Amino acid sequence: MSIVIEKLNYVYMAGGPYETHALHDVSLTIGDGEFIGLIGHTGSGKSTLVQHLNGLLKPTGGRILVDGLDLADKQTDKRAVRRKVGLVFQYPENQLFEETVEKDIAFGPKNLGLDDAEISRRVREAMEKVALDYNRLKDRSVFELSGGQMRRVAIAGVLAMEPGTLVLDEPCAGLDPRGREEILGLIRRLHEQAGTTIVMVSHSMDDVASLAERVIVMNRGEVYMDGAPREVFSRGDDLRAIGLDVPQAVELAQRLRERGLPVPEGVYREEELQQAIEAILGKGESHA
Amino acid sequence: MLNDITLGQYFPGDSVIHRMDPRMKLILTIAYIVGVFMVGNLPGYALALAFLYLIVRVAGISFKYLVKGVRPLRFIILFTFVLNLFFVQGETPIFTIGFFTLTREALHNAIFFALRLVFLVMGTSVLTLTTSPVQLTDGLERLMRPLQRFHFPAHELAMMMTIALRFIPTLLEETDKIQKAQMARGADFETGNLIARAKAMIPLLVPLFVSAFRRANDLAMAMEARCYRGGDQRTRLRELKYTRLDAYGAAAVAVFLAVIAVEGVLLG
Repeated sequence: MSIVIEKLNYVYMAGGPYETHALHDVSLTIGDGEFIGLIGHTGSGKSTLVQHLNGLLKPTGGRILVDGLDLADKQTDKRAVRRKVGLVFQYPENQLFEETVEKDIAFGPKNLGLDDAEISRRVREAMEKVALDYNRLKDRSVFELSGGQMRRVAIAGVLAMEPGTLVLDEPCAGLDPRGREEILGLIRRLHEQAGTTIVMVSHSMDDVASLAERVIVMNRGEVYMDGAPREVFSRGDDLRAIGLDVPQAVELAQRLRERGLPVPEGVYREEELQQAIEAILGKGESHA
Repeated sequence: MLNDITLGQYFPGDSVIHRMDPRMKLILTIAYIVGVFMVGNLPGYALALAFLYLIVRVAGISFKYLVKGVRPLRFIILFTFVLNLFFVQGETPIFTIGFFTLTREALHNAIFFALRLVFLVMGTSVLTLTTSPVQLTDGLERLMRPLQRFHFPAHELAMMMTIALRFIPTLLEETDKIQKAQMARGADFETGNLIARAKAMIPLLVPLFVSAFRRANDLAMAMEARCYRGGDQRTRLRELKYTRLDAYGAAAVAVFLAVIAVEGVLLG
């Protein structure tokens, strides 16, 4: 399953005093099984782009094909699209509404018209994927849970739709470090074990560096860069020019190079940098 | 759907209408609406429309905005129209189908009531489009101040309105977001019968209320943290002042009312 975006344009409040051209001629192809990190400054069009991927917003111009289904076409069954592409909004815990955890997660599958046995199976599986204990939590009220748990319930609610592509808008926003680790871990497992295609919007260059296989940089409604993390993060000055930054590992590698240490170019992951430093120290060539 | 609401949406600008004192604009809007309600014939409404058009042009706002403001109320207006057609007792029949006889008086009433509603909405839209919500509530508070002598909570009321107005866009945005989030989980807000649609609102309303209460709580805390203590002896950063513009505005509306009155007498 792939998503093809061709010359996508989107204008908010067309004709009004606050008209904004949020997306400008965006063309992308998202292949099956990719892990894409989508980064960009606030207002760069990331969230707008993401809402097009499952047909929540209708393009002003251009088109999107999800697995061959044209989203601009009125005839296209929107539910079929939403089964294929799951979208987890920013602060998804704000969408919880049911009395119990189980019922809330079952909301999606129920809307798909599945039978009770299938719904129950999906709820259990989704809870397992987000590391929530089914027997202990299923009957709890969603409003009694901790912030991190609420977010995982919300993500489980989307996973229960069993989408082939999962889009997450700032999945770690507002969480403490431990909650962040848990969410990132579960996204990694989904990608590695279930082969789910992931599009993750993030402000954290470190999160993107540690997970993504491809990085797309948005600026002012246009695709500014698109490539392997190694290439994208090697262009630190370009990233800083549009209000972004490089991962800490890249920054540290750069400073070490300035001090004369032979850290190779293109290192962007923490583990890579660690290995590079160990190699240098091991050879006893420390100049510092 | 949520982008259609023009009533209460400020259209920033720097025209003479924008710069008028909100108290004067409030008074003049009321005067205009009273004037429109006294109009008894179609040429009178043409005059009222022409006046409104003139004001909107001076304010630099597209007339389309006023028309858009009426759209959400089209069912109420249609309802009023039909109700009048059926229930007004008249004496001069135009035609009869079965039990129903359409009379001249009923048609007359129906048209005029509908027109009054349209003008009511359009007239107040001019006020809200050219006056920021903060100015508007300031104006209201000042106009209601004399009532404080009778223990009328003018300041508290104005503060509540300011807060309510301030949160309309926030809650609309929130609604839009929650709606999209539920649609992403396959929720359907658009099809089905009345009961199905009402039930479909639950996933939208519960989170919305939860977030509204949370926001209210946060706001109350923030206000207390800054020692807010209600109306007594509060001074303000910007005092309202009447200027020459307000005199011109008052004169313009007075002329309009006079024209309407003369027209009413001449054409009966």
